[in-house]
Amino acid sequence: MLAKRIIPCLDIKDGTTVKGINFLGLRNVGDPVELGQKYAAEGADELVYLDISATNEGRKTFAELVTRIAEGIDIPFTVGGGISSVDDAGRLLLAGADKVTVNSAAVRRPELVDEIAGRYGSQFIVVAIDAKTIDGQWVVTTHGGKRLSERELFSWAKEAQERGAGEILFTSMDHDGTKSGYPCETYARLCDMLSIPVVASGGAGSVEDIAEVLTVGKADAALAASIFHYGEIPIPVLKRELDKKGINIRL
Amino acid sequence: MIAVIDYKTGNLCSVENALGRLGGEYVVTGDAGVIRSASHVILPGVGEAGQAMASLRGSGLVDVILGLTQPVLGICIGMQLMCRGSEEGDTQCMGIFDADVVKMEPGQGLKVPHMGWDTIEKLDSPLFRDMEDGVYVYYVHSYAPQLSAHTVAVTDYGTLFSAALQRGNFFGTQFHPEKSGAVGEQILKNFLCK
Repeated sequence: MLAKRIIPCLDIKDGTTVKGINFLGLRNVGDPVELGQKYAAEGADELVYLDISATNEGRKTFAELVTRIAEGIDIPFTVGGGISSVDDAGRLLLAGADKVTVNSAAVRRPELVDEIAGRYGSQFIVVAIDAKTIDGQWVVTTHGGKRLSERELFSWAKEAQERGAGEILFTSMDHDGTKSGYPCETYARLCDMLSIPVVASGGAGSVEDIAEVLTVGKADAALAASIFHYGEIPIPVLKRELDKKGINIRL
Repeated sequence: MIAVIDYKTGNLCSVENALGRLGGEYVVTGDAGVIRSASHVILPGVGEAGQAMASLRGSGLVDVILGLTQPVLGICIGMQLMCRGSEEGDTQCMGIFDADVVKMEPGQGLKVPHMGWDTIEKLDSPLFRDMEDGVYVYYVHSYAPQLSAHTVAVTDYGTLFSAALQRGNFFGTQFHPEKSGAVGEQILKNFLCK
């Protein structure tokens, strides 16, 4: 039986791992390859590396890092951050990434999803969606939650699937970094509506939160950062607890 | 020396990296002589079966592969090309394994592509030496080989399909051992011990 996936997310700036609370106040938590290997050995099912470098120099460092990650990691990994063309995606594929995530660039120019899926296949492209509620509507945001777009979560997710996305990574900006749990009803609606996997991200504070989004929220995978980076919930503990709750987990 | 067959279908670096981690000496090649003289041969594959088979035919390597007597491992599309044929692109393949590759239609709300970690059962090949039924391996695919006389491992995703096939010195896995953590590493080691 297909296992629900647990995915640590590593934010990378200028070649090192960082994680901010609500994307502010970054704090260094280690070498990206070593940290990835540690998570893989602990039972992570996949890894996500997000480049949050703002400079060209930082982006170049990241591409070199992807090559090192591919050499050192024996589970699938996804990379994202600043991918705005099919060539950007292709470079990361050649460096060894298993998937890429696109976010703001796809909101700005949705054809990017068709182009990447057409060239490299749907299994290679994850569309990440950051959204927050405004007057009861889930509004898609870009640039790490700083800008509102014209798009609405459900219609954008459906469109992304139709354009060839292989997976949706949805983060609620209302919950990200708060450790108050996930908006499970929203996840369940998204999962019922889509035929591709949905990854839940942002908001996990406890094992119960993650169990809930994988069951009530119907998510295929849960992605988290700080609870792993700061050792609050070690992956082996999390996976054993989820297994005890009857959730299908790779132990 | 291990030969990884390069037939211009794309990126082989995940297989190369896995062999690198194992410390195996390997060469990525499309040269018939190098392939014939290798101790082990790996046929990787990404993309679409029809195009992959066309590339393989174009490279002139089909007869070379059919004549190999050392251990040969096909991975994912590489394994599918070793089956009789694939529904993907209505493709006639090499026919080493007596199995047909069909589009997955698992029903029961199960999603296609079948992507992520799933279990393999009924393990019956030296590839799985020292392993027990129920270990997890990593999959990404929308087509899968049906059960056949050459099935040596199965996965249940709505229906049972061949997770691995073997016929003599020819081995194939639908999953990706090079992405399957410690289990995948053991499977590759078992292959290279053959």
